[in-house]
Amino acid sequence: MTAAVDLAVTAPETVEPGGRRDGVAWRGLLVQPALIVVVAVAFVVWRSTATLTDAEARPLGWSALGGSILDHLQLVAVAAVVVLAVGIPLGVLLTRGPFRRASPLVLGVANTGQAAPAIGLFVLLATWLGFGFGSAVVALVLYSVLPVLRNTMVGLQGVDARLVEAGRGMGMSALAVLLRVELPLAVPVVLSGVRTALVLLVGTATLATFIDGGGLGLLITTGINLNLDTLLYSGALLVALLALAVDWVGRVVETLARPKGL
Amino acid sequence: MSETLTHAGDPAHDRTVSGVAIRLEGVTKRYPGQSEPAVDAVDLEIAAGETVMFVGPSGCGKTTLLKMLNRLIEPSGGKIFLGDEDVTGQDPDQLRRRIGYVIQAGGLFPHMTVGTNIGLVPGMLKWDRKRIAERIDELLDLVGLDPEVYRDRFPKELSGGQQQRVGVARALAADPPVLLMDEPFGAVDPITRQRLQDELLRIQEELGKTIVFVTHDFDEAVKLGDRIVVFDVGARVVQYDTPEAILAEPAEDYVADFVGAGATLKQLTLTRVGDTGLHTPVTAAAGEDSAAVVTRATAAGEQYVVVTDGRGRPISWPSVAELTRTTTVPATRDERLPVVGLRSTLNDALDTMLAASQGGVVVTGRRDAVAGVLVVEQVMAAIQSTRGETRG
Repeated sequence: MTAAVDLAVTAPETVEPGGRRDGVAWRGLLVQPALIVVVAVAFVVWRSTATLTDAEARPLGWSALGGSILDHLQLVAVAAVVVLAVGIPLGVLLTRGPFRRASPLVLGVANTGQAAPAIGLFVLLATWLGFGFGSAVVALVLYSVLPVLRNTMVGLQGVDARLVEAGRGMGMSALAVLLRVELPLAVPVVLSGVRTALVLLVGTATLATFIDGGGLGLLITTGINLNLDTLLYSGALLVALLALAVDWVGRVVETLARPKGL
Repeated sequence: MSETLTHAGDPAHDRTVSGVAIRLEGVTKRYPGQSEPAVDAVDLEIAAGETVMFVGPSGCGKTTLLKMLNRLIEPSGGKIFLGDEDVTGQDPDQLRRRIGYVIQAGGLFPHMTVGTNIGLVPGMLKWDRKRIAERIDELLDLVGLDPEVYRDRFPKELSGGQQQRVGVARALAADPPVLLMDEPFGAVDPITRQRLQDELLRIQEELGKTIVFVTHDFDEAVKLGDRIVVFDVGARVVQYDTPEAILAEPAEDYVADFVGAGATLKQLTLTRVGDTGLHTPVTAAAGEDSAAVVTRATAAGEQYVVVTDGRGRPISWPSVAELTRTTTVPATRDERLPVVGLRSTLNDALDTMLAASQGGVVVTGRRDAVAGVLVVEQVMAAIQSTRGETRG
């Protein structure tokens, strides 16, 4: 006969309904954009007032600068779409029954893609697929698909197996369990992988200029080649700002898309 | 080896039965690479509306057998019938929507509200919205949770016991004739477990489902089961009988060992609180004039008074001496008030007394209204009498 003495256990927990989005998390999200705006404004002021040589003024002209930024964003956006379209479905597939066995192989390839020096990847692909935008996108995808793929798998594997069984046990099909239980619960982990991939993309896209892929890398390489520090620093600063901005957007999406009740 | 275990002489049920019978014929599960089958040709018949408890050591195959009933585990051989229908070849997803399934800690989906969780199966069965919403409220009511308060909460905002109740409500949502329960109350503390068991007994009395319940706790099996199946390795059915019969005459030494040395005391689990002579206490409504209540209690020779709320539910149990110090009967709720239901066992009552450090418990009946009080002396007397019986 067991004598239960611990009454404290039965005391009901009082949690406010729908208690999420605590103020602290949102306050944290406000610091980053403030910093980005301050630095961006400082750059614009400097650019408008500084006296520049001819070689500096051309790539730093407003339209040339805008074009470089747009090129850069275009590279990132196209690569990101491909990364999501490949990484998430592949991650889902590799956690399903018979395909599970292939996961070490695919993860191995993805690991190699990321571990290989990015610049080498760009040059190798360019010699194979030709110089230009297309090769740059392929290289970027290979380089940044791993975090999305891995986090999709980890997120899905992290869903309590008993919940999957509860879903199947009440008559949900395997697809319904995936769509209504597993993926929603994996969203936070998947999105953090997506954010990592995006930040990697913004940084790595600077290398696209070596294979004639355009982007902000042009400023940096020109700055190095012609020994013009102004260009070098401007390029580096803009890439950093872009990466921070993308990271912030990612964080906001993560906070908004986080399933309620977790 | 296969022998069909049937029970021709069903106990006369005068209660409602909404369940169907389950029949297993030579159900077997073999895993590749294992020489012995996990479940070896089990034949079993479960009568409609009965609660049958599966007990046995871990690894004996009882959970495997349960999961073959809703085909979460596909049998390697044999047939399963629900009523007269052979469901062995049926689409598992369709089959499972007709079989409620409750697992440990409820298995609620944390990203869905309580209401959404309960409405899942009706939704899959294409009920219309209004009917689902009504059903959700009806079920929350049935498991003792206020729909207004709990419908839109998320599981993490509920205590373990409340989550488990929602788990039961979700399993009952589409009114399935069969309920499978896989150690559902294993993860809650003893007091909550006892309340959940009482609740299940009450619900079962109301609904009369066919329930198959896996547990490793023999006391739980005795308390909840109409019949108990004791399994050995390979899901060999060692004994299939009523709790009384298994306790009185274990079929083999194996069962006797499993039932344990405390079998005499286990008789306490067979005796329901409602079957003992309950003492009728003096009750007082909160807000009543204290002097009048004290006079009434003194006249009845009582030391204690049960204070009830507007609906006759007990809220505190003060002594007459305490009441004399007040002008009106206080309406304060005593959170530690020991309460058990009429269907609780003497074992539960004793547990509750010990947990509250009190010499008695208030017993509640329909709609949680006071039905009487039970004091420790009565429990002791019951122990004495069963000890006497087994010796004599």
